[in-house]
Amino acid sequence: MTTVAAPPAAVESLAPKRKVKRPFGPGSIVKYALAILFLLIVLMPLYVLIVTSFKGGGDIGVTSQWNLPEHWTTVSWVKAWSSLRDSFFRTFQLAIPVAIISSLIGAANGFVLSRWRFPGADVVFTLILFGMFIPYQAIMIPLRDIVTTLGIPPGIPTLVFVHCIYGIPICTLIFRNYYATTVPEELVEAARVDGAGLLRTFAWIILPISIPGFVVTIIWQFTSAWNDYLFAIFLSNTRNGPITIALNALAGAQSPDYAASMAGALITSLPTLVVYVLLGRWFIGGLMAGSVKS
Amino acid sequence: MRRLRHWGPGLLLLSPSLILLAVFVYGLIAWTTKLSVSDQHDALGSKGFVGLENYKNLFTNDIQDRFTHSLKNLLIFTVVFLVGTMVFGLLWAFLLERGVRAEGFFRTVYLFPMAVSFVASGVVWRWLMNPVTGDGAGGINALFAAMHLDFLQNKWWTNPTWGMAAMAMPAIWQLSGYVMALFLAGFRGIPAELKEAAAVDGASTYRLYRNVIFPQLTPVALSALIIIGHMSMKMFDLIMSVSGPQWLTEVPAVYVWQTLLTSDYAKAAAISIVLLVLVALVIIPYLIYTNRAEKNS
Repeated sequence: MTTVAAPPAAVESLAPKRKVKRPFGPGSIVKYALAILFLLIVLMPLYVLIVTSFKGGGDIGVTSQWNLPEHWTTVSWVKAWSSLRDSFFRTFQLAIPVAIISSLIGAANGFVLSRWRFPGADVVFTLILFGMFIPYQAIMIPLRDIVTTLGIPPGIPTLVFVHCIYGIPICTLIFRNYYATTVPEELVEAARVDGAGLLRTFAWIILPISIPGFVVTIIWQFTSAWNDYLFAIFLSNTRNGPITIALNALAGAQSPDYAASMAGALITSLPTLVVYVLLGRWFIGGLMAGSVKS
Repeated sequence: MRRLRHWGPGLLLLSPSLILLAVFVYGLIAWTTKLSVSDQHDALGSKGFVGLENYKNLFTNDIQDRFTHSLKNLLIFTVVFLVGTMVFGLLWAFLLERGVRAEGFFRTVYLFPMAVSFVASGVVWRWLMNPVTGDGAGGINALFAAMHLDFLQNKWWTNPTWGMAAMAMPAIWQLSGYVMALFLAGFRGIPAELKEAAAVDGASTYRLYRNVIFPQLTPVALSALIIIGHMSMKMFDLIMSVSGPQWLTEVPAVYVWQTLLTSDYAKAAAISIVLLVLVALVIIPYLIYTNRAEKNS
């Protein structure tokens, strides 16, 4: 499901089971030609982003727009950075707490729903899951009123609060499936026989073996909070909001400065891209959680 | 009493989340629903009950049929988005499944757009889908000109009829890799015995895929359709970033935002609830289905 998740273990299943050596025939040529063609198409927007961001204002003429810069310059990067810097750091203050808090909540819930199951747990789980599919517009209007009424400071604190709440379903899902597939029932049973209560079992036996689950939820929540625009535009503004809002202000003008916008888009994407490249395996784990049942 | 002692702690641990979700998901949906049957059409406005009038107005009495227009846009966008991601996702997974060297590299590149926000990718796609054709062409149109494929130049999302199909391109770019990952996991989840058995029976490669492998991928394909489909219905960031809010590319999620700017809460709420119902029609059967499938397994 954004489906019931494949745990990190399933990520391994992306890897081929064994290498098969095949003769290099015409079929292979077509195969590689296609694979490389698609590679180029997928990379094309990235090429445009990088090339354009290093062009100066005069270099953006229509005829040369696909060319490499004639004069490489970082003026656009400087311009973009100066208008995004504050929100860039603010977004860390948003995404890091969200990642940690949601993961802890998800671990506790996931443990209960997978290994301390009470009657009706399935129904409760389905009701929890539904929360991750709803269009947030359907809760946004009263949400604005309610966070004000609760007295949560506007901007980042409000966004941390709402991302944590609406991150509960996906984190619960990821941990539930992680525990269901990696923690043997006997382990929990043994602890129970030894007289350990739920909290002791969770804290001393389960949490220490939960690192892979945490990596997935932390990456997932960090990325969603970092990339979010919908909550941000409803609940914050350019002065107190995250980087997506600032980027949209920079790039959304009637006749935008494309070089600066693209440098800005790269700055905005850098943290999540770094996470993706360094921790790709677990990143994919989160994606799969978004989709395949255990 | 013993049962309570047994299950109590678990429920206690779960209860903060349950209470939060009860309030912030189900409670707020109820609140929005209540707004949608009220006559609160401005910031101060009364809160009288008007039944389904707001909904009726959306479908039959909206200026220039704005709401049905946004639904039509959403439909075109969704169909193209679904077809595009499924085709590329399956094709890429198939290519990798057939075995290529440096598979990890291809996989990483195909998937990377997923790590980027729609807002950031919107910046570059707005540039790529420059609607100017002919001499002043920019973006992809300029590339077509350079390749002497001028006849392919078009007005992208500014085309009044099929613009939304172009708007789906960035979305396809971002999520095909995701669908690929799903299919790849599906391919690799097929038991080797099944393939071997087919090979022993002398099945050709074509028949192997047609009769053994593809049928096994049906549940994955269903998941992919549901996930992409429900994402599509909620599409907001990308459109705001590529075109900004405007008539040509308006979908219900954007319409809600535009309506809120005029403080017409009742109408915004009604659009939101229609959107929720559309998503629920897809998601609820799916949740029930996966729940059952899990029990049976």
